[in-house]
Amino acid sequence: MIEGAIWRRWVFFYIPLTIFLIFLLFPFYWMVITTFRPDGELYRPWRAVNYNPFWTWNPTLLHIKYLFQETMFATWLMNTMFIALASTVISLFCGIFAGYALSRLNFPFAGSLGTGIFVTYLVPQTLLFIPLSEIIRNYQLGDTPWSLILTYPTFLIPFCTWLMMGYFKAVPKELEECARIDGASRWQAMLYIIIPVAVPGIMSAGIFAFTLSWNEFIYALVFLSSPEQKTVPVGVVSELIRGDVFFWGPLMAGALLGSIPVAIAYSFFVEHYVSGLTGSVKG
Amino acid sequence: MAQVVLKEINKFYDSVHAVKDFNLQIRDKEFVVFVGPSGCGKTTTLRMIAGLESISAGDISIDGTVVNNLAPMDRDIAMVFQNYALYPHMSVYDNMAFGLKMRKFDRREIGQRVKEAADILGIGDYLKRKPRQLSGGQRQRVALGRAIVRHPRVFLFDEPLSNLDAKLRVQMRVELKKLHLRLGTTAVYVTHDQVEAMTLGDRVVVMKDGLVQQVGEPLELYNRPANKFVAGFIGSPAMNFANVTMTNGGGGITAKNAGLEIQVPGNEAERLRSHVGRQVTLGIRPEDLHVARDGDPAGLTFNSKIEVIEQLGSEILLDVRVGEGTMVAAVDPTTRAKVHETVRLTVNPERLHFFDSSTDMAI
Amino acid sequence: MAVTTADVGVGTHSKPPRPKWRPLENERNLAFLLLLPTLTLLGLFIAYPFVRGILLSVSSARVGVPGEFVGLQNFYRLMGDPIFAHVVWNTCFYTAVTTVFKLALGLWLAILLNRNFRGKAFTRAFILLPFIIPTVLSTFAWKWMFDPTFSVLNWLFYKLGLISSAINWLGDPDLAMLSIIIVNIWRGVPFFAISLLAGLQTISPDLNEAAAIDGAKPWQRFIHITWPLLLPVTMVVVLFSVIQTFADFQIVYVMTGGGPANATHLFATYAYQLGVGTGILSMGAAVSLAMFPILFLIVIFQLLYIRRVETR
Repeated sequence: MIEGAIWRRWVFFYIPLTIFLIFLLFPFYWMVITTFRPDGELYRPWRAVNYNPFWTWNPTLLHIKYLFQETMFATWLMNTMFIALASTVISLFCGIFAGYALSRLNFPFAGSLGTGIFVTYLVPQTLLFIPLSEIIRNYQLGDTPWSLILTYPTFLIPFCTWLMMGYFKAVPKELEECARIDGASRWQAMLYIIIPVAVPGIMSAGIFAFTLSWNEFIYALVFLSSPEQKTVPVGVVSELIRGDVFFWGPLMAGALLGSIPVAIAYSFFVEHYVSGLTGSVKG
Repeated sequence: MAQVVLKEINKFYDSVHAVKDFNLQIRDKEFVVFVGPSGCGKTTTLRMIAGLESISAGDISIDGTVVNNLAPMDRDIAMVFQNYALYPHMSVYDNMAFGLKMRKFDRREIGQRVKEAADILGIGDYLKRKPRQLSGGQRQRVALGRAIVRHPRVFLFDEPLSNLDAKLRVQMRVELKKLHLRLGTTAVYVTHDQVEAMTLGDRVVVMKDGLVQQVGEPLELYNRPANKFVAGFIGSPAMNFANVTMTNGGGGITAKNAGLEIQVPGNEAERLRSHVGRQVTLGIRPEDLHVARDGDPAGLTFNSKIEVIEQLGSEILLDVRVGEGTMVAAVDPTTRAKVHETVRLTVNPERLHFFDSSTDMAI
Repeated sequence: MAVTTADVGVGTHSKPPRPKWRPLENERNLAFLLLLPTLTLLGLFIAYPFVRGILLSVSSARVGVPGEFVGLQNFYRLMGDPIFAHVVWNTCFYTAVTTVFKLALGLWLAILLNRNFRGKAFTRAFILLPFIIPTVLSTFAWKWMFDPTFSVLNWLFYKLGLISSAINWLGDPDLAMLSIIIVNIWRGVPFFAISLLAGLQTISPDLNEAAAIDGAKPWQRFIHITWPLLLPVTMVVVLFSVIQTFADFQIVYVMTGGGPANATHLFATYAYQLGVGTGILSMGAAVSLAMFPILFLIVIFQLLYIRRVETR
């Protein structure tokens, strides 16, 4: 703690921290409040008298009902969940094996391949989306979840690989040598010994991949067209806005309910997420 | 019969010649210790026997079969590592059973073998625990157990006791010896600790800079070291060395320098005659010096000045200055001595060692 | 059952080993097999599109029309395009400003968090929310907060007596840029803060204590001890952030769509507008690819800088 007078603690710590927290968390509060406010309160001009934007005494579930009844929100939730889980599984599969090969095996071009994979991480989706959309169409994958399940790993695998490399490097060489003397082949040693020991890394990579998939937008926007195929971000953007009119109530409800699954998943794996984040930066 | 033969073994790491012309025949049931300072090539040689390092030149055979190109798992060996290398996510039972599972032994046989090994090592109560719940000594036993259940033809040990505290190390040393007597499996053991080498080995291989310095039974290394390195490496406290000139005198040959003049006994004198007039290195072990008593021949005593007194309880170590050099004498614990005092020391004439000044080989 | 020497270890050896053909014992083969899925996916969906993108950008393709090779014509057209000029300036400005603020605020927050206090774990978890929650969804919340008619911020400022008429957050070109900058900073500060916090935690407190005893004041300790030791982590974080911000799409798409009057158009949104909106695939691809040289330079520069910092 800061040594010295109490006032110093307040001025230099509690107050700035509180301001940060308010700044960072207010939009979520706003989402929640708007979701449960009746339209009448929402659309009052900001200069109206007795206007309290921060609370409502007449909470309503109308917006949420609208969301589920008038739009395909439930379908979007399932789509997004399915795509995120599938992409995560594929990326973990590829990332674990690639990470193991790059960190524990000796073979020519190991260094350049590692750098190559790192470099692909730096190629943003917004650079590739136009030619990719053409390719997707050519492969008949347009407007299907597979267009995303196969393309999301392109930005998830490099990260997973990198993360797993860090974790694998920390496993002592003797463990593997001992397993091989004991009778395990390299493959068996990898499967039964090294990978189980690196499970925390796998969880970190997994939760990170999951949240990144949920967050992806441009590929989903460009590759999907029918309402029943859309993911939550795309659906909210395209179906809750009619021309210039924004249905703010359902929109915020959609934003809120669309964020909750990720937030819940995250809350179970916070420590792993943080170590994944910091591991990638420190490695 | 689990004989291990190393023939002309060489290992190169790029341009570094890590192991040079290593030749050794290990008999069945023998316990051989490779000992030497860090970087001498002992661990590299062990790993070549295990198959964890490739062999640059030469052949290794186990029971007559050349194993150079066999994978570790095909050599029927077991290895105990310095930091135990226990699989952290498996229980003790699973750790020990792993190798057998990989070789597709059936469940009953595995259970039998694990119980057998656990009984021998006294770890039967820990079978369900995970390694992190065990102490260092217990983990070491599990590592041993893992090796035992395989009934291998050769045991390989890579400094297994280095990570234990001093007391535990002494205890485990005895247990290892008992284990070897009981199981009778051929064993190759690597250590940097010469005490372990002396107490455990049927034969000891002393290595330095990739070269074998001497191979022999512990007592032979102690009594007849082949060169100055072995002489100084084996035995604690280390042997004292002094530069002396061989001269004719006193009716025979004497070794002489600024601080002492020792009469070389008759049977030794013959061998040293050709070195008269030249400088040689004289080696005397601390335990072969004692405080001069009345009646000790003058040709075997010399004066020295005490610089430090180390009280060990079982003996006293006197760090003394002799002429221009220093020596350590291990003397009787009842000796009364004071720092800065002069004390006369007598050397045991049967226990003089001489080494050529340029080649360091024993004369 | 008494176990004697004869029972254990002797006479129960397995048959002499027969070496089998084990292709996967070879490190090279195993590595190849393990890397195959990754390389296939990355090759198909990154390398291949990248090449196609280059080909597209030098053609006159539109949706449904394959077009023909036109050389660098598209790029020349872009150079003369006033909107593109806006795009370049906007993106550079946007990236530079947000990065500076994200670094400063992130660092400040990291320093605040780098002490033990009650609820620290909770705070840390909550702070990451802006980064975790899908950007599109949280940007909508901001859009609602910035809405010209119903903005809660306007309400707040009005009540505090700071303004008398509405702030047109999204309608005024400069304010629109300010708005997207604010949202980007909001989203990025947690990433910076948590990463820098991890970096701070690797700096042994002994160093600061020794310096304090030597008489260094807090800001001196920061400049001479903390900052240099934090530099490697900082550079990596900045690298990631710059790339992501430079190629940003979601925030602008939701908040302003590029307007008003192209004041907030970035490379990504303009490429989208040209390629998907109007269907001129070749021009869209050209705009996307125009990002690449600048990104490449930034990456090289930072990687070199990182290498230098780490080997110092």
